[in-house]
Amino acid sequence: MFEQQLINGLTLGSIYAIVALGYTLVFGVLEILNMAHGEIFMFGAFIGLLMVVQFGAPIPIAILAAVLVTAVMGFLLERFALRPLRGKKGVSHLAPLISTIGVSIFLENLAHHLFGAETQPFPVSFARISFEIGGVKIYLVQLTIFLIAVALMIGLSLWLQKTKAGKGLRATAESIETANLLGVNTQRIITLTVIIASAMGGIAGVLVGMAFNAVSPQMGLAIGLKGLAIIILGGMGNIKGAMVGGLILGLTEVMSVAYGDSGYRDAIAFLMIIVILLVRPQGLFGSPATQVKR
Amino acid sequence: MKKSLIKFLGVLLSVFLVLSVAACGGSQEATNGGENSSNSNAGEEQSGGESGGGGEQVARIGVISYLSGNGAAYGEAITSGFKMAQEEINEKYKGQLKIELLIEDSAGQRDQALNAAQKLINSENVLAILGPTLSSEMFVVGPEADQAGVPIMGTSTTANGIPEIGPYVFRNSIPESLAIPASTKKAVEHFGIKKVALIYGHDDDFTLSGYEIMKDTAEKLGLEIVKTEKYATGDTDFSAQLTNIQAAQPDAILASSLYKEGGLILDQARKMGIDVPVVGGNGFNSPQVIVQAGEAAEGVVVASPWFPERDVEEVQTFVKKFQDKYGKIPDQFAAQAYDALYIMTQAILDAGTTEDRDALRDSLAEIKDFKGVTGNFSFDEVGSPIMDPIVLIIKDGKFVEFTD
Repeated sequence: MFEQQLINGLTLGSIYAIVALGYTLVFGVLEILNMAHGEIFMFGAFIGLLMVVQFGAPIPIAILAAVLVTAVMGFLLERFALRPLRGKKGVSHLAPLISTIGVSIFLENLAHHLFGAETQPFPVSFARISFEIGGVKIYLVQLTIFLIAVALMIGLSLWLQKTKAGKGLRATAESIETANLLGVNTQRIITLTVIIASAMGGIAGVLVGMAFNAVSPQMGLAIGLKGLAIIILGGMGNIKGAMVGGLILGLTEVMSVAYGDSGYRDAIAFLMIIVILLVRPQGLFGSPATQVKR
Repeated sequence: MKKSLIKFLGVLLSVFLVLSVAACGGSQEATNGGENSSNSNAGEEQSGGESGGGGEQVARIGVISYLSGNGAAYGEAITSGFKMAQEEINEKYKGQLKIELLIEDSAGQRDQALNAAQKLINSENVLAILGPTLSSEMFVVGPEADQAGVPIMGTSTTANGIPEIGPYVFRNSIPESLAIPASTKKAVEHFGIKKVALIYGHDDDFTLSGYEIMKDTAEKLGLEIVKTEKYATGDTDFSAQLTNIQAAQPDAILASSLYKEGGLILDQARKMGIDVPVVGGNGFNSPQVIVQAGEAAEGVVVASPWFPERDVEEVQTFVKKFQDKYGKIPDQFAAQAYDALYIMTQAILDAGTTEDRDALRDSLAEIKDFKGVTGNFSFDEVGSPIMDPIVLIIKDGKFVEFTD
């Protein structure tokens, strides 16, 4: 049974990790907590659901559609909620946080009107396909989610390390002013960052819909909070931290249910985060130096 | 001249009534009844006189409902039921009585529900309140309304102890303490169940009280409880709990949850290969469970005051009308809300007043054998419904009566 719970935990953890990747990317570059990320994630889930249910699209097409729509939403978010507040005199550093909270509330209500308040099932043709390895049942859905999560993390890391845009992004993350002086089009980089983060949210949305067979306008809030906790646990702005943090949170939650009291699921998970932060205040992979910018 | 004198007497009487109730408690009941009847006579004559002149009485009723957030679906169903009843009643009693609904959103939060209640009672000065949606909200709002002497009727509040809050607190939703033993007993007899596992939401008054009743029922029926698992409202992943339950190998699962989590639990349990029957609380009693869980909902047993397929003319007319209007089959929450406004209207007509809250309370308490779409309805002495639940099972994608 332990192995079975391990699989449960890894699946949940990789879902958390993908959500956290989007947060950590935006935070790494802009030092903004993008509170609308959870709602963009929810829209991704609904777009995927629409594709599957209304148009009978296969999952890859559904994911693609979700990515397109959430990327556009990311662009709009940056253009209308973040850019007007950037670099202006007298704007509090909390202003972008508040404006993204506004966007998140707007999106949740919009989803209510567009899709209704009910939780909707997410039919997946291969939901019941599973294989057994040594007495442990692994579902194809679980495996798909895990693989996509790992692929996203590796892809993102490679992109940041190897490509010109990725280097520009890292330079922008170091210092927007310096990057600007060195000829990086920081405006474009920032927009690109928010778009990529949102698109990842879209992918995560479809995966969560698949995993739990449920899509609702409220799904963004609950998982969004977990995402926030994970980037603090993993180290703000750190890609690897988001991945490892997500897996740790998922595993802790599942194990506290499996071997502890299921009523204390979140309590135990967050207690563990506090303990880790007491030992490593900068988070698992965060370095103290990069925390003090400006 | 005469009319205004009667009006004056009516007002005087109701003032006296308020004072006397405020002055002391239960011992006043008997005299209240007497005064009430004379009061209602005055009211009737008054309304009769006015309708002749083309005027109609307006009853302002406050509604507190869960319209945004996690459980907005319940609020939506409930307010749809109210609005449909309101339209019909205003049509039916045109010139005599007009129901005005003042709908407030509680977002499922106790404090917001309380704010809404205070606003309705103090600023809007409503005659009575329908709602709130959740039992946990009712435990906060109920005492407030009771203290202010405003009749309040929950249409979806099924936890233990709600009508006991005070004399002004009613409900027309069938309590879990009636529904769960009925469904469990039937399932145990039919399937020969000996070992059960329990799963419930531990942070909600409704699911918690459902769990306690399930536990009691299981013990009374001599069932062995092999595993008890909890979850939190809003959870979407139940794999860990279900893996534990699977390992304990129960003959049946008793689940106390709202349909949102319930549908997910069913879906995930069936996918894991847990095929035992599931006995649900009232929360499972919604077509949404079938929409959400699909095939996984097969074999779920619930007891219900509401069965949309029941072969009764009123029920079928209501279902058809609701479906035309809102595009879906009304669930229990819509049906109970629909009945609640009719019960309230009946009580207002009996009391013959749209001003006097105490007269309304007394006539509400006397409602008996009211024929609603949810069945034959009476209040017991504390203000809880007396009615027979129907045990249903989900078969081939719909609820059918569970017969042996």
